[in-house]
Amino acid sequence: MKHLLIAAGLLTATSAMAAEKPQLTVYTYDSFVSDWGPGPKAEEAFEAVCNCDLKLVGVEDGAALLSRIRLEGENSEADIVLGLDTNLIETAKKTGLFTPHAVEADYTLPIEWADDTFVPYDWGYFAFVHKAGVDAPSSFRELADSDRKILIQDPRSSTPGLGLLLWIKSAYGDEANDIWADLSDNIVTVTKGWSEAYGLFLDGEADMVLSYTTSPAYHLIAEEDDSKTTATFDEGHYMQIEVAAKLAGTNQSELADQFLNFMVSDAFQTIIPTTNWMYPSVTPVGGLPEGFNSLKVPAKALFFSPEEAVSARSEALPEWLEALSQ
Amino acid sequence: MARSTQPVSTVPGLAAACVVAALILGTLAAVAFRAEAGHGFLFADWAALRFTLTQAILSSIISVVLAVPVARALSRRRFAGRRVLIALLGAPFILPVIVAILGLLQVFGRSGWISELLAQFGAPPIRIYGMHGVVLAHVFFNLPLATRLILQGWQEVPSERFRLAAQLGCEGRSLFRLIELPMLARIVPGVAAVIFAICLTSFAVALTLGGGPRATTVELAIYQAFTYDFDLGRAALLSGLQLVLTAAAAFTALKLSREGGFGAGLDRTIHRWDGGAPIVDAIWIILAAVFLLLPLSAVVMSGLEGLFTMPPVVFKAALISVAVAAASTAILLMLALPMAATIAVRRHGLVELSGILGLAASPLVIGTGLFIIIRPVADPTSLALPVTALVNATMALPFALRILVPAAQDTVLRHGRLALSLNMKGRVFFTRILIPRMRAQIGFAAGLSAALSMGDLGVIALFADPEFATLPLQIYRLMGAYKMQAAAGGALLLLVLSMTVFWILDRGGRWHVED
Repeated sequence: MKHLLIAAGLLTATSAMAAEKPQLTVYTYDSFVSDWGPGPKAEEAFEAVCNCDLKLVGVEDGAALLSRIRLEGENSEADIVLGLDTNLIETAKKTGLFTPHAVEADYTLPIEWADDTFVPYDWGYFAFVHKAGVDAPSSFRELADSDRKILIQDPRSSTPGLGLLLWIKSAYGDEANDIWADLSDNIVTVTKGWSEAYGLFLDGEADMVLSYTTSPAYHLIAEEDDSKTTATFDEGHYMQIEVAAKLAGTNQSELADQFLNFMVSDAFQTIIPTTNWMYPSVTPVGGLPEGFNSLKVPAKALFFSPEEAVSARSEALPEWLEALSQ
Repeated sequence: MARSTQPVSTVPGLAAACVVAALILGTLAAVAFRAEAGHGFLFADWAALRFTLTQAILSSIISVVLAVPVARALSRRRFAGRRVLIALLGAPFILPVIVAILGLLQVFGRSGWISELLAQFGAPPIRIYGMHGVVLAHVFFNLPLATRLILQGWQEVPSERFRLAAQLGCEGRSLFRLIELPMLARIVPGVAAVIFAICLTSFAVALTLGGGPRATTVELAIYQAFTYDFDLGRAALLSGLQLVLTAAAAFTALKLSREGGFGAGLDRTIHRWDGGAPIVDAIWIILAAVFLLLPLSAVVMSGLEGLFTMPPVVFKAALISVAVAAASTAILLMLALPMAATIAVRRHGLVELSGILGLAASPLVIGTGLFIIIRPVADPTSLALPVTALVNATMALPFALRILVPAAQDTVLRHGRLALSLNMKGRVFFTRILIPRMRAQIGFAAGLSAALSMGDLGVIALFADPEFATLPLQIYRLMGAYKMQAAAGGALLLLVLSMTVFWILDRGGRWHVED
């Protein structure tokens, strides 16, 4: 009995000690927290400097993440949301759940970044991945006129899918629906998410798959396989910028600020390229890992501001549905 | 209080049905009440509804129509590997959707095995994408299940009926009319309704095999309403629509299915004297086996290499999945056994209905609803595994009832009156007569439920705790991290584990010695 009491006392003591450390809760998408994502390494690096407990919570993908935050509303457990992209920023801002940051950094983004609420942590260009050594089209027009087969994702359920929708809209404006109509016989199928499309591409189901210019870096670095490359399009390539922000309802405001600053520091940014397979938003002092330098870099970056992205989506989605439902 | 004239009480079954109905309708209500002003039903939803209904009706009819001759052939032939084939019938069903899609397209895709074979003869690749592709995929998932359920019907015909038929020289068409057709009339409508409900909530399969937005299903619209639009009212409305459609299908099935069994038998090993045409049976069995085994072997072949590149966390996830499956199976039996007993003594609309709704309920709605309900009282993330087990049990319930109800009805019919005259009622009847006599069906139902739970991503993605990922979730994560080969290895591990669990439970309950 006495032993039990002592044991119980010890247990309470240790849990009390653990409780003394403040906890910072970060909601993010599932692939961030997976064992192969940036999560575990980022957690270790931040906990080494913050004297806190970093709790990462994974929620499917960026869009589902924003829904979760809206579902939880003002009394969300989250202090930080990490993993929205620029296409979701406008909707996120309108919820009034996020609060401005005080982060200053020398971003190495192809565009100027001035948002007062959202802090970018990585970015990439959408692109079609194909086998190296095969001629690839150099524009959507050329692709549509060719008999190349492509795999794409559904803009209603997938971030890259939405990216492609906005890519074509930003490049072609009012003619976007013509491009889609001409592309329809090139599209093998439309998948729910990125994984299905990429998996089918690796199985040889199509010539090209919608992904990122940074995708070949995975094959180069992790598999020492240089057989994948991306097609560079003359119209330019649409960018995805992934961001994080502090919630207004946080009770760990200082810690949250510390995290956002940490996120644009070298300690975090060096983790990004080989775990998230994207470009870091601030190139680390040591530069990018070997393999990233051989990637194709588009001559022109296409980008909708968060406000434009929302109206472009609502215009382009019905066009897409109509063109591909013929 | 009037003395009950039934050997088992209907109260526990009614209570279980209420739990299930509360879970499904309560979560739906929770989502609806949380909704802000939204769009309601959109014009585009009509197109989605039409497509969803068409493919679900086609898929369920074709699955059942093809399953009857296959099950008939399997019921009257004995051959080496028959048991393995029957066990493998459970396999397509338990694969995570994404794995099944990749497996199917490795066989039927543009660059799949069949297209490559055609290319040898200079023929163009087959065009799989479209309505026929959607139906093909759904038949791949459901034909084996339908076969297995209908085969169960054949096995439950008392051996004496076949013996008598043989003595009277009753063969072929007349045997079919007198024995097999009544059995089919009792089993088939329910099986068709279950498959209809499964196909109604299809999303990734329909979209990918359908080739594009023409193949938009209601479930996709629900997903979109939840994520990009955050229109909970619309999500709840569409999900309610799925429930109504399923309820309609279930009622139609009940109306169509004929009551009554074959009376008592002496539980002798089933022997068949009717020959039929061995060639025809062989053709059916071979066709079904090839259709089933080709995509499965694609999954196995791509998994073999990956098995050795799998990181250790995958094995941890496998253990977690086994634990969730065990819990889910226990919950399932606690719900399904009393419900089956209740239906056996008196058909009861609420019980029958809540027994099938689990399939039609959108996992997203159940998950989100539970999240809304749990959050004020506890941290949903810390309850991820129990919640997953509960939801998986609800989804497996319709199958379990299809398996258990006919046997429970027979048992009550055969032994009910004698038991009552001996004053064996309630718990005594339940534990001493009903349960032992349903061992085989309980084993099959438990095996199917465990395997289903192992393979289903379920609601875990909504609640995910990084520390406690299940095997399907880890497979998705590996894919998301470009590690397709390791993911294929994980899928093979999942397939083997699920089949093992299924085999153990199914064999464990079986007392028929068939051959």
